[in-house]
Amino acid sequence: MSILKVEDIYSGYGETEILHGVSVEVAPREIATIIGPNGSGKSTLMKTIFGLLTPTKGRVTLEAEEITGLRPDRIVRKGMCYVPQSDNVFPSLTVLENLEMGAFIRDDDYSDSLEEVFARFPLLEERKSQRGGSLSGGEQQMLAMGKALMLNPKVLLLDEPSAGLAPKMVGEILQKIAEIKESGVAILMVEQNAKEGLKLSDRGYVLAMGKKRFEDEGQALLNNPDVGRLYLGD
Amino acid sequence: MDLQLEVKRVEKHFGGIHAVDGCSVTVTRQSITGLIGPNGAGKTTLFNVITGFYEPDGGEIWFNGNRVDRLGPHQIARKALCRTFQIPRELKEMTVLENLMLVPGDQAGEKIWNTWFLPGRVRRQEREIRRKAEEVLEFVELIHLKNEYAKNLSTGQKKLLELARTLMADPEMILLDEPGAGVNRSLMKKLVENIHKLRSQGKTFFVIEHDMNLITDLCERVIVMSKGRELAEGTFEEIKKDERVIEAYLGGQV
Repeated sequence: MSILKVEDIYSGYGETEILHGVSVEVAPREIATIIGPNGSGKSTLMKTIFGLLTPTKGRVTLEAEEITGLRPDRIVRKGMCYVPQSDNVFPSLTVLENLEMGAFIRDDDYSDSLEEVFARFPLLEERKSQRGGSLSGGEQQMLAMGKALMLNPKVLLLDEPSAGLAPKMVGEILQKIAEIKESGVAILMVEQNAKEGLKLSDRGYVLAMGKKRFEDEGQALLNNPDVGRLYLGD
Repeated sequence: MDLQLEVKRVEKHFGGIHAVDGCSVTVTRQSITGLIGPNGAGKTTLFNVITGFYEPDGGEIWFNGNRVDRLGPHQIARKALCRTFQIPRELKEMTVLENLMLVPGDQAGEKIWNTWFLPGRVRRQEREIRRKAEEVLEFVELIHLKNEYAKNLSTGQKKLLELARTLMADPEMILLDEPGAGVNRSLMKKLVENIHKLRSQGKTFFVIEHDMNLITDLCERVIVMSKGRELAEGTFEEIKKDERVIEAYLGGQV
């Protein structure tokens, strides 16, 4: 039984259709990773799932409830958070203020969540009074994920969490993602680094030209020679 | 072979990140050479170093037999090495024609003295520049939009405007950073035709592109970059069969 189910999505920008009938799903306590060449529609898919774009056709279901076409602020209240690829922290706010902004819609006491985030990312506690914009790329990525976790989501959407990071940081971020999954959050992510991303994924999808071309267990996809060729236009 | 551009062991670091890490590539005169590679391979950084937008931390760059790696962007442009940007940088509040007329440097009308005391010279020069701009617009087929504000163009038209702006500078070599991104098919065809035509007139192209169809249509030789340096080169058919290239796209260790 999937916690997030995306069925036959058609979506794009204005008259330009980018996704031509894409279906993916994520089961509880699972990491599903989408890979694919530039321009294949990975980020468009994430934006459509999170309600930033409205699909022309298809359906998104979160925990058996249809959320297609809902606004992001509604979707967040239903337990799904999204971390965009870039510009995902408030640069002029402190780390603590950023995390508090993450809990903006909560009117209960969120100190437990804050403690959990600090326990998961000790570095954020050390830097809590530093401005978000002064953090390194990897630290900002951690802050962005921490911000999303302030709402205790059931599903987390991550758009290229390791892009542009130093090689050492890539491993660290992916390790954190595996830990977040272990804590019971289902994760759907787009990842540039196909090898490292698929290694820790239960399920993998390959997108090309707006269509799903392959789907399999993470490791099995890596062993499929046709997947690599897709990047070079075959 | 007549090497017009030689990049020798160039390095560019940002803090601990070695974006370009000892990269050596060459581009032959009057060729269309492709530069591909996974995201983060350092392609755009290399373009930025070649065109003087970044100062390299090591290595040498030679263009037409002159060393150019310590020159600023405007000096390199005057040496007839021009570039376009991945995200078009048109001057939004100016018309298409004005965008082009701005390109030639040292215009007489820039000096207030000339506008008062040599108005004839200012007018003559401006007329010449306007004629050249109109010629270029005819060539890229944007002439019908010459009085349109640049901000109102479509993405594809802005890409053609980028190319047109480089042509105003009479370049010998043009570096194109993802000319195909966001461009629809019919404009893409036009772009490909224009590039081939310009090459037959003697210009050299060095092209970053992720659209492999466009690479196939344009380039006789392709260089693959990964982790800040050259990984492979050859015809696109050769490149496609190279296991190391596929590995690099998947993010594996090379």
